[in-house]
Amino acid sequence: MSTVSEITKGAPLARPSAGVLRRWIGLAPFLLFAILFMILPAGSLFVGSFQDASGGFTLMNVAHLFRPSILRSYWLTIEVSLITAVAGGIFGFLLAYAVTMGGLPRTVRSLVTTFSGVASNFAGVPLAFAFIATMGRVGLITTLLKQFFGISLYDAGFNLYSLWGLVLVYLYFQLPLMVLIITPALDGMRREWREACENLGASRLQYWRHVALPILMPSLLSSVILLFGNAFGAYATAYALTGGFLNLVPIQIGAQMRGDVLHDPNLGYALALGMVAIMTLCILGYTALQKRASRWLS
Amino acid sequence: MRRRGTGSWIILALASFYFLIPLLATFLFSLRARRGTLSFLAWAHVFKDPLFSRTFLFSVEMALITIVVGLALLIPTALWVHLRAPRARALIEVLALLPFVIPPIVLVFGLIRTYSRPPIALVSSPILLIAGYVVISFPYMYRAIDTGLRSINLRSLTEAAQSLGASWRVTLFRVILPNIRASLLSAAFLTFAIVVGELTLAVMLAWPAFGPYMAQVGRDLAYEPAALAIISFLLTWGSLALIQLLSRGMRGAATPGGVH
Repeated sequence: MSTVSEITKGAPLARPSAGVLRRWIGLAPFLLFAILFMILPAGSLFVGSFQDASGGFTLMNVAHLFRPSILRSYWLTIEVSLITAVAGGIFGFLLAYAVTMGGLPRTVRSLVTTFSGVASNFAGVPLAFAFIATMGRVGLITTLLKQFFGISLYDAGFNLYSLWGLVLVYLYFQLPLMVLIITPALDGMRREWREACENLGASRLQYWRHVALPILMPSLLSSVILLFGNAFGAYATAYALTGGFLNLVPIQIGAQMRGDVLHDPNLGYALALGMVAIMTLCILGYTALQKRASRWLS
Repeated sequence: MRRRGTGSWIILALASFYFLIPLLATFLFSLRARRGTLSFLAWAHVFKDPLFSRTFLFSVEMALITIVVGLALLIPTALWVHLRAPRARALIEVLALLPFVIPPIVLVFGLIRTYSRPPIALVSSPILLIAGYVVISFPYMYRAIDTGLRSINLRSLTEAAQSLGASWRVTLFRVILPNIRASLLSAAFLTFAIVVGELTLAVMLAWPAFGPYMAQVGRDLAYEPAALAIISFLLTWGSLALIQLLSRGMRGAATPGGVH
């Protein structure tokens, strides 16, 4: 159809294939790179998860994903990710609300935003170290509490190297990430909406229940999903904190790669496949909700 | 209004508590290497360790190469999408954001499986490490560059430059790139902050990088890791502070957000 207008414009008449080629040639380096170092490797894991040790087709690896030990590690990973996503989501939202609409000075806002940028990128090995130095068995807070208040955290059931310890550590990057991604949504909330509610005699609770939360809900949910995915793929922090003691899926994949335990790369591929599947669901949910969110907030 | 302000201050106080105590405690912990007194002994150990500087410089080098390769790959791509092939936008965006779906541990697993045997054995070459880092930095870089290009009137700028007789090279280097400088710099610094302390790829591909070095110190020593944690925090802080500083008053700076 476009040829008609091209002729009338006097554009050179190229064969369609050459036009397509010319249009895509500039994208070739990127596409090639993405295929070589992203698509092919991911595809090879996909293929590998349906192969046995000798390369024949099998569904055994995928079936092995449903072994109790593996299901347990998926469940543990989902638990950590879900708890930190929801808790990080709630606290991050409160903090973002406080600095955007809570009547705090503007300097506080820019301080919090900058710090959030730093903290959301401060993860992995150093973050684990910081918490070990603070709340590990001989950490500063642990020993101070014991020395001055006679409280022994670890006798009271706290353990940094457990699920809840990991939650405490992950929140250090989850909460700031929430602040960063929800702040634009909060900025999009119009003052007029609140004023309209007040003029119509609505209470603050009614404003939040019937106006603000319904508008914010898609943004909130999509942010929580992003946080979930962020925690789900995290390897370095958990590895440095527990040294592979907690059986998270990323840790399991790492162990299969290093050949630490019952070395079975094909099972590793299947584990990775399961991870990518869950992450893909996350991103699909995220984009769908973002589209809804943009109806009101843009 | 008054009452709402109080609530906000309480939230802020609690958050500061949670975020600042670990930093303060880690710093104090790092000073306790000598029994009974506070000293910078652990810090001295860290800085005197030849492995510290060697691994750190290695990671810095990797970060710089990653930034150069990433920008060289993504700037032309983003420009092409904006100017020549807007219909390819969706595809390119999906590809650039795909690393969010593929966690580093999965990516490196796939890289090793694909490139550890003939016909292409790259496992012992830094190319694979850098390629992995470039892939990890795709989302940040692409988003930053795309935001930058959207914030300027790209088509008018290029048309104006070319109608004044500027070549493509002049248009690119003297018109377009200076206009999206803030975006490019924030992409670069963010990538720097992510790559320098990166563990997963470096450890799995067995490179003597800063991340694996820190992990090793964490296994062997008690107080030095705390010093390293503070150094890393300052490094991240420095990179992001520079982004803030450079993007102040400039259009199209990217919002930093991490993935781990």
